[in-house]
Order: sequence, then C-alpha cells, then structure tokens
Amino acid sequence: MSEAQTVTFKIWRGDANAGAFQEYTAECSEGMVVLDAVHQIQRTQANDLACRWNCKAGKCGSCSAEVNGMPKLMCMARLSDLPLEKPITIEPMKAFPVVKDLITDVSWNFLVKRRIKPFSPRPPDAPDGTWRMQQADIDRVQEFRKCIECFLCQDVCHVLRDHQMHNKFIGPRFLIHVAALEMHPLDTEDRLEELRNTQGIGYCNITKCCTKVCPENIEITDNGIIPLKERVVDKFYDPFGWIWRGLKRRQDRQPLKPV
Amino acid sequence: MADYETHEHDVLVIGAGGAGLRAAIEASAAGVRVGLVCKSLLGKAHTVMAEGGIAAALANVDERDNWKVHFTDTMRGGQYVNQWRMAELHAKEAPDRVRELEAWGAVFDRTEDGRILQRNFGGHKYPRLAHVGDRTGLEMIRTLQDHGVHRGIDVHMEHTVLSILKDGNRAVGAFGYERERGRFKIFRAKAIVLATGGIGRAYKITSNSWEYTGDGHSLAYEAGAELIDMEFVQFHPTGMVWPPSVMGILVTEGVRGEGGILTNNAGRRFMFDDIPDNYRSQTADSTEEGWRYCQGDKNARRPPELLTRDHIARSIVREIKEGRGSPHGGVYLDIAWIKERLPNAAEYIKRKLPSMYHQFKQLADIDITEQTMEVGPTTHYIMGGIHVDPDIQMSRVPGLFAAGECAAGINGANRLGGNSLSDLLVFGKRAGEFAARFAKDNSLGKIDNDKIDIVACEALAPFDRSGGENPYEIQGDLQELMQDKVGIVRTESEMQFALEQLKTLKESAGRAGVVGHREFNPGWHTALDLKNLLTASEAITRAALERKESRGAQFREDYPNKEERFAKVNTMISKAEDGSMQIRLEPLPEMPEYLRRIIEEMK
Repeated sequence: MSEAQTVTFKIWRGDANAGAFQEYTAECSEGMVVLDAVHQIQRTQANDLACRWNCKAGKCGSCSAEVNGMPKLMCMARLSDLPLEKPITIEPMKAFPVVKDLITDVSWNFLVKRRIKPFSPRPPDAPDGTWRMQQADIDRVQEFRKCIECFLCQDVCHVLRDHQMHNKFIGPRFLIHVAALEMHPLDTEDRLEELRNTQGIGYCNITKCCTKVCPENIEITDNGIIPLKERVVDKFYDPFGWIWRGLKRRQDRQPLKPV
Repeated sequence: MADYETHEHDVLVIGAGGAGLRAAIEASAAGVRVGLVCKSLLGKAHTVMAEGGIAAALANVDERDNWKVHFTDTMRGGQYVNQWRMAELHAKEAPDRVRELEAWGAVFDRTEDGRILQRNFGGHKYPRLAHVGDRTGLEMIRTLQDHGVHRGIDVHMEHTVLSILKDGNRAVGAFGYERERGRFKIFRAKAIVLATGGIGRAYKITSNSWEYTGDGHSLAYEAGAELIDMEFVQFHPTGMVWPPSVMGILVTEGVRGEGGILTNNAGRRFMFDDIPDNYRSQTADSTEEGWRYCQGDKNARRPPELLTRDHIARSIVREIKEGRGSPHGGVYLDIAWIKERLPNAAEYIKRKLPSMYHQFKQLADIDITEQTMEVGPTTHYIMGGIHVDPDIQMSRVPGLFAAGECAAGINGANRLGGNSLSDLLVFGKRAGEFAARFAKDNSLGKIDNDKIDIVACEALAPFDRSGGENPYEIQGDLQELMQDKVGIVRTESEMQFALEQLKTLKESAGRAGVVGHREFNPGWHTALDLKNLLTASEAITRAALERKESRGAQFREDYPNKEERFAKVNTMISKAEDGSMQIRLEPLPEMPEYLRRIIEEMK
C-alpha cells in the first residue's frame, strides 16, 4: 500500500443488550494500523465509538479486539497485511461480556489474579539482603513475564470462549502467571494443589490456540502449561516421584553455603 | 444535590502508574485504608512504556559508583536548578527501592556473579540502570501491581477525577466519574496523593498516550497548589518518524547505551561536532573510545550519543534544519553497525533490545540488526509540576500530596534517562508514607455539595451542545499550536501568539459538544480533558516566556545562552484570587555545604 486508499470497516457498535455492525470508511495510507483507522473514524465520524488503547506500540495490551475474526492488538495489526478490497470487520473479544462497542468487561481477570498465591521468596542469599541468580536460571521466567495482559489468549481459549467455564478454569494468562511464580528461582510457595483443583489446569487440552495469538510470542503451552501439568501429575499421580522427592528433601536439608 | 455514590478511604491515590502504586502500597503497609483511582485498567499506565531501566547507584557493575556520583550527575543534567534535597534523597534511596522490587518478585537481568545487571545511559557516569531487556517499565508496573493487589487496596479502575474537594484550606476528597457507566462519584479521604503523570497530549508528536492530559497539574493548580519549572518539557531525542502513524513512539536510549550511534545523511557522526563544555572531560575523543566504553572498559569515556537528552534533541533538530536529515525528516540511529565489532551482533541486539526489534519489524518493516532506524525528537516528559515539600511530598495545600511525573523538583531543567523510574519509587514511597501519617492525624472533612453540583453541571454541559465543536478537533488544534510555538525551539513573539491562541481555544472548549450518551463515550472524555490540557499548556507557555534564557530543555532562540540571573531561580505558578494565572520567580533553596563540596569534588 504505497498510496492512500479508501477502506471500508465494519465495526460492531452496541452494548450488553443489543448491537450490530456499522459501516464506516477511512482514508488509509502507508504504515497505518487498524487502531489508526479506528481513531480516524472516532475523530471524524463517530466521536462516541468506544475502544481502549494506551501505548500504541504493543506494550500495554489495551486495544485487544477481533479483526476479521482473529484476536489481535489493533495497534500492531498492519492494514497492509489485510485484504483491503473487502470490508474489514472489527468486533470486541468474545470471551468477555460486552460493555460498549469494542470494550469488554475484563474485570474477571483481575479477580482471578488476586486468588493466586503471591510471590514468596527464600531468605536473602547475602548479608546485605540481596539474592544471587544466574541469567540462565531466569530466562524462562523472563519469557513469561513479557506478558502484557492483553487477554487475547483468554479470548481464544475454547474453555473460556465456548464453554464459558470462567468459574472453574483460570485460563492461559493465569497459568502463565502461576508458571512464572512456580519457576521463579527464589520462590518457596507451592501452588500445585489449587492448580489442580480450583484453577482447573486439567481443562486445558493443549490445542495451543493461546500460543498462536500471543503478541509477545510467549510459548504459553510448551514452556508454561505443559511443564505445570507435569508438575501436577508428578505430585498427585506418581508414587515413585513421591518417594524420590521425600528422599531428596532429606538431602536438601543441609545448611546453605554462604555466598 | 443529586445522590452520588460515595466512597471513603483514609488515603486516596489518584493514578496507578509506578508512583501511584508505590504510594498505595506504602500507605496500606502503614495500616490505613487505601483507595486507588486510575483512568485506564490496572497495569496499563505509561510506566509500562518505560524501556531503558531504573537508575540506582547499586555499584554492581562499576564499584566506583555511589549516591554522591548519582547526585552529581542528576544535578549536572538538571543544570543545577533542581531542588537539591530531592536529588539527594533520590540518589540515596533509589538502591533500596530497586532491591525491594526484587524482593517483591521482579526479575532483573543479571551480572556474571548473579547480581542485578546495570547498563549505561545518557548523563550517568557509570553503568547504573537496573533493567530487564528493554521492557523495564513493564517489569516494574507488573511487580508493583501484583504485590499491591494482595494488600487490600480498593482499586477503582477507569475512573476520571474532575476536581479536588476542599474543606476550608484542606484537601478532603475528589469528585469524578466512572468512565464505563458515566456515573459521578465522590471519594472522601483524609489525605490525597496525586500521581497522574505528565502532559504529553498537549503536543502533536509525543510518546505519551491519551491519558497524559495534565490532570494532576491542573487539579492541584485549581485546588491552590503551586506549579514549579513548567517551562521544562523534555523532548526525547529518539522517537520514530516513519511511518506517519507511529510518529513519536519511543525508541529507547538503551539503543545508544548498547552502542547505537547517530548519523546524518552524509553518514557523519554529528554528535562529535558539538560537545558542551561541562561534559567535555567526560566524553570520548574517538569512535574507538566510545565503543570501548559501551563494552565496559572502565578507562574509556562515554560516547557523545550518551550526552543528555536536551542536548541531543537540539543537535538532531540542527542537523535536520540544515538539510542533513533523513528522507522522512529525522536522522539515523544505527545499532546494526556493531556487527563490525561483535561476532554474534544480531543475536545480541535481539536479546538486549527485544521490543525495539519487534516494534520496528512489525510497524516499519525494518530489521534493526541489519538496517538503520530513522528517528527524531518526541515530547516525552515534563520536568515541571506540582511543587512539593522534598521530604514529605505535600503541596502547599494541606492533605494534598504528589509524586512521580506530576510532582516536580528533582530533575531541574532536564531529566536523565532512568531517573524517572527511580523517582517514581523513591517519592511514591515517601508520598504514601507521609499521606498515611497525615491521614492518621486528621479526620474526614466536610464535603461542599454546592461545589460538586457546579462541577457536575459543567461536566454534563457538552451534552446540551450536540451541534457544538468537535472536541477531537479542538485537541488537535491545541497540539499543533504547542508543537509549533512552544516546542523545542522557542521565541518571545511565537509564545505570545500561543498565549493569545490559547484564549481562543479555551473559548472553543467552552463550545465543545458531544453526541451519544454517558456510557463509555470517548468524545465526552476528550471534551472533559481539554480543560486540564489548556491549563497545563498555559502554564508551560507562561513559564517559558518568563525564563529569558536557554537552559536544559528550554531553548530560547532569542536568548540562546545561559543567564546568571536565572541560574538560581525557579518559575512558580499559582492561581490568583481573580482566577488568573500568576507567575513569579522563586530563589532556589540554599544548598548545604556538604553537597556543594561533593559537586565541586566531582567537577
């Protein structure tokens, strides 16, 4: 797309009661993203069109929506990657209740996080109250901590989207949050019991849809969920593992070497 | 008076970026009930955009670093009009605030021996910025958010505050609305902390999001507090310039910290052409020495690309103005060149600057490990803001505290990169601590119902003018005006013109109309934000007119040099009885002997 062209957008307008797609056109030029077009429409034709946004650079995770049916950050969705000869549809995420237009009620996610046991570090390694960690030991956790909480993974997860099991399953975002805590080298908390029960890790059947839509390219399933599932299985379903850990724990009781 | 939903807290924090969250955590740790109001969802505040790192003299990478060096760097960067006490507290306390984040779960990049790694940044003598790749702000806000949600803080997401309520002289609450439903709410509190961030939306080219409309500046000003140093607006030297839709988005200084260089269209490293006298002894003589510095050679001095932001922004403007710019009106920032020096440069760049790699790849089709970036200055930060007591962060309005970007004093005429995140932590904590103390010593005040009715009535007026002016257009006109007339290069006549235009825009704002209803209506929100933007813009313009010299971020074409008579004063703005904006020059507090000696020793 080297020259400006007029593109048609079908944007879902409405609230919790009712709504429909409305057609708008926007002048689109090189480099524009979907969010730019939405802003242009908002500025010139529909001042009250509701959408969330903040950083406009894929760092805050506010502008999540479904563009031509695909969950995306509108600020990172280049128009040049879309078929512009047809109308482009933009609609709110489907896994959460609509508030207005492109805005959904994502408050459930914030409640889920409060239920997850917080970080609880081991005593400091050094007398000045600091710890020592090797870069190699934190690479994995840093990958999970790239999450910008856009909730696109929650949106695409069929357990939440199709089966609406929000009360039994915390979704990929929070499995990754638990993974980041469980694999944190300093953390001492055990979250496996609730992972298996109230947080419903068993409902995930590894279709990897979450990984595909992650704008931060976090390997949600392979690096996060599967290892967590293995830990749950080890703890609750593997008698040999259970005995082995019992012995190992005894060995680990030696005093820590000073740093 | 209509019946409004009312919430009661001991301490009300307005804003949930780094400073607001840190204040809320501290106040709640002191055992008081805390309410936290924010315009966006929790964790989306602008802190998330901070890339480079948190400045703190941990001395993990260079053992010569300590608070005295950090203090001196901050004062030098701020051209010595900083509030010395804030710069001192900041330098002394930043290391503890960073270590505390680690105790709360932050995972910083590591040194070989397993400690927090620190990187080079502009104006810092030694590698000082604790960081996580180039997404340090995300790490910080997520750590504070996750720690905070387990402390019983009441969070009111997506709420905007319209007015600070007072009982006599004292701040006793806030009146605002829930963005989602458009309903008004009253927040009663014994102490209030403003942590609303900056004013970037007053400019056309900015790295700031829609939220940064000078709310705290304007709320405090209206409530009777003073604004200090408002002329000092930081234009970050490297924002994206192409494609047009991403113009202004930040390119972290970390690129230069890792060895990135600035060149013009002739391929010349123009930063070597003009090195300010007070940095000459600290700056590298050659390309070779600059590279050795970036590689950690302790005997090398830093490359000129790591001079302070005000100077680099002006140098870039000069190159562009004199016809040596890039095709899209910027200059070139080149990190790909390091492949001449490093065997696995592409991997190194992707690891140290992952989100820059991602951002350019996805938004501009540019691979920064192979190609140069086009960059130009973007409005990034305001050094000016609410004048507060340096120790307790309270404004001259009892019970009204401020921290973070909306408060001012620590940065003087120019902020060093990395000093903002540490400022948020150090003074956020202090604001929370002393606000909690104030709340314990005071009771809830009386709420003025008449005032609330007036504010509510004004806020709803745009709905009665559905054929009125488009609020987005008024905002756009204001942004053009500030960009053109009160931008990087300033002059008397243009700023006088701007003052006149601001009056016209104020009248337009009074005619702004909105369509639709009160539920999540961005047109209405934009109309309501105009007042704060206009107040902040007027304060910037008046302060910039008053300071008839060039210092730090303020560059006056008609007064291109530093002037002795402005060397020891701050501009101070307040609202007069008749409602007009008053400005005066206030002498700097006298710096104690022990600090003067430190600065002298490190010259």
